[in-house]
Amino acid sequence: MMAEAQKTLEDVTGSSGDYKYGFVTNIESELAPKGLNEDIIRFISAKKDEPAWMLESRLKAYRHWLKMVEPTWAKVHYPQIDFQDLHYYAAPKQKVKLQSLDEVDPELLATYEKLGIPLKERGILAGVAVDAVFDSVSVATTFKGKLKEAGVIFSSISEAIREHPDLVQKYLGTVVPVGDNYYSALNAAVFSDGTFVYIPPGVRCPMELSTYFRINEAKTGQFERTLIIADKGSYVSYLEGCTAPMRDENQLHAAVVELIALDDAEIKYSTVQNWYPGDKDGKGGIYNFVTKRGACRGRNSKISWTQVETGSAITWKYPSCILQGDNSVGEFYSVAVTNNFQQADTGTKMIHIGKNTRSTIISKGISAGRGQNTYRGLVKVLGGAEGARNFTQCDSLLIGSDCGAHTVPYVEVKNPSAQIEHEATTSKISDDQLFYCMQRGLSAEDAVTMIVNGFCKDVMQHLPMEFAVEAQKLLGVSLEGSVG
Amino acid sequence: MLEINDLRASVDGREILKGITLSIKPGEVHAIMGPNGSGKSTLSYVLSGRDGYEITGGSVTFLGQDLLAMDPAERAALGIFLGFQYPVEIPGVSSMNFLKTALNSVRRARGENDLPAAEFLKLIRDKAKSLEMDPEMLKRSVNVGFSGGEKKRNEMVQMAVLSPKLAILDETDSGLDIDALKVVSRGINALRAADKAILMITHYQRLLDYVEPDFVHVLAKGRIVKSGGKDLALDLERDGYAAFVDAAA
Repeated sequence: MMAEAQKTLEDVTGSSGDYKYGFVTNIESELAPKGLNEDIIRFISAKKDEPAWMLESRLKAYRHWLKMVEPTWAKVHYPQIDFQDLHYYAAPKQKVKLQSLDEVDPELLATYEKLGIPLKERGILAGVAVDAVFDSVSVATTFKGKLKEAGVIFSSISEAIREHPDLVQKYLGTVVPVGDNYYSALNAAVFSDGTFVYIPPGVRCPMELSTYFRINEAKTGQFERTLIIADKGSYVSYLEGCTAPMRDENQLHAAVVELIALDDAEIKYSTVQNWYPGDKDGKGGIYNFVTKRGACRGRNSKISWTQVETGSAITWKYPSCILQGDNSVGEFYSVAVTNNFQQADTGTKMIHIGKNTRSTIISKGISAGRGQNTYRGLVKVLGGAEGARNFTQCDSLLIGSDCGAHTVPYVEVKNPSAQIEHEATTSKISDDQLFYCMQRGLSAEDAVTMIVNGFCKDVMQHLPMEFAVEAQKLLGVSLEGSVG
Repeated sequence: MLEINDLRASVDGREILKGITLSIKPGEVHAIMGPNGSGKSTLSYVLSGRDGYEITGGSVTFLGQDLLAMDPAERAALGIFLGFQYPVEIPGVSSMNFLKTALNSVRRARGENDLPAAEFLKLIRDKAKSLEMDPEMLKRSVNVGFSGGEKKRNEMVQMAVLSPKLAILDETDSGLDIDALKVVSRGINALRAADKAILMITHYQRLLDYVEPDFVHVLAKGRIVKSGGKDLALDLERDGYAAFVDAAA
């Protein structure tokens, strides 16, 4: 692991900056005019060749959004966002509709190659199917054929709206309703692409599914929508990764993810979020305002969120579980890193509705530089949730003396049989630990990487194997320069 | 191999080491004894490069190189090992992983390749066995939940795996029962070789019953006030430090 970390550090220090995904792809794009109004929404819908019900739903969301105000309760600070100064649609120009992966623009293939994401159905990650979303559109989805044999639908959401309207209409917006919050309403109005997954009853998805999100174009926002349905007795493991070029201006990313698990189904959702975090002085970086929520609708269902959040200038994100079915299980494992001027306000909501529902929350926040890291979480047990149990552990690690860690846990219990446990710690990487590691031969950076990975071990072990090593490296890179 | 010449060091403006001169040749075992506050731990930290100590005079060379110009990792790569008085806990990092990373860092700094995983596994298991450490302990987080004796034993396993040229042992014997002391002594004796040197820093003569030094030095108030053979330790044990401390005043 350290060998890899070392290599990554060298790669990074050898390049122009700390963020190795900061390049821009030169590709001709089709952009919607800047600004947001009903015409823009009609433009996006038309581009997608959408049915009328979808456009109606978008317009409804937009009209609702107009009446809403931006939330200010999170512990993050940023200048007012001008929502009229953004492009809401940007797509690489393609002459004809693609028939196969071989027809994908070589420039795009090269981009994903550079990002380490293979869009060819072979290579190191041959066991992983990828949907590649570039700015506002999905540019390629691999292994569709193989998955289809198992009955699994894995496609861009635009395609699903056209080809599986019954499924989309039945589930879209049922976990995160149109008016849920400011950013989800905005997303419901302007979302341009994302991933759709449906696992039929009794099917264990034969491979890891993943979506790789890339923002390329300047002055654009990315608004993706992901919908994953695990039908009765099915299982799926899904992973998303995100990167963006280094740009001086801040860019907006407002995604909505909805998960639905029916009886005895399990969804494992992992995120490695590495949007451009801004430079050392806090200039640029992605504003990441994301709504992720899963509904354990069926009995004995399970939804597990694992996130490694190292990027973005601002992260505002609370992957949550609605534990509706009796005996359903919700899990949230999170590592959030803030270095330099990054701010993260992240956590989860576990809503216990069904009987004997259980939830586990393990949150590891790491702050370095002038980073501010907040855990914000709600554990809510409703009156009918007989025998509900929750265990929460929030640990914060501070590196240096100019950063901050904050823990804001909310607990609301309306059933006397519920058992709720909460543990929290805050610690610093001590000079003793650093010196001990260095005395044994580790460089200061390797020492920090090792200590931080040790701190995060309880979370990292929940990542799919293929991505665990990558995520460990990422922690080291994100904290580079945090010790003198 | 180690040449300390008139070394002076301060902490927060207060001089702790007041001109130490000491020469250690390959194959030798030196013991530095002294009362609390005499500068024993400071000497070990200054030699291994810990932050927070200001060198105000003198020089230290190791194998002909200026040791004081190097950071702790560079010194480790050159073959300096410090056995800690209070070994540090690293939660979530297994001893196995820690040692593999340390060994390969040192090897790489010397221009060598990483030790193949199978060879490393054999090496660490052999060393653990020879020091009577349960191999299961290697899977546990470094020093977390270890007893005082287990921590010191772990230091000896690390030392055996890293096989340093110069081992500086800072009160490695403190807080050990007699069985643990024997194991730790065995670890130190196993390192003795014609091309290696050992510098033991200790309060008590007890350790020297098991690891026989070639030279004993008395450190008092930041100076070496007397040097001699192993018999000096026995004199100290009998007469106490008082006479030396007074002489240093």
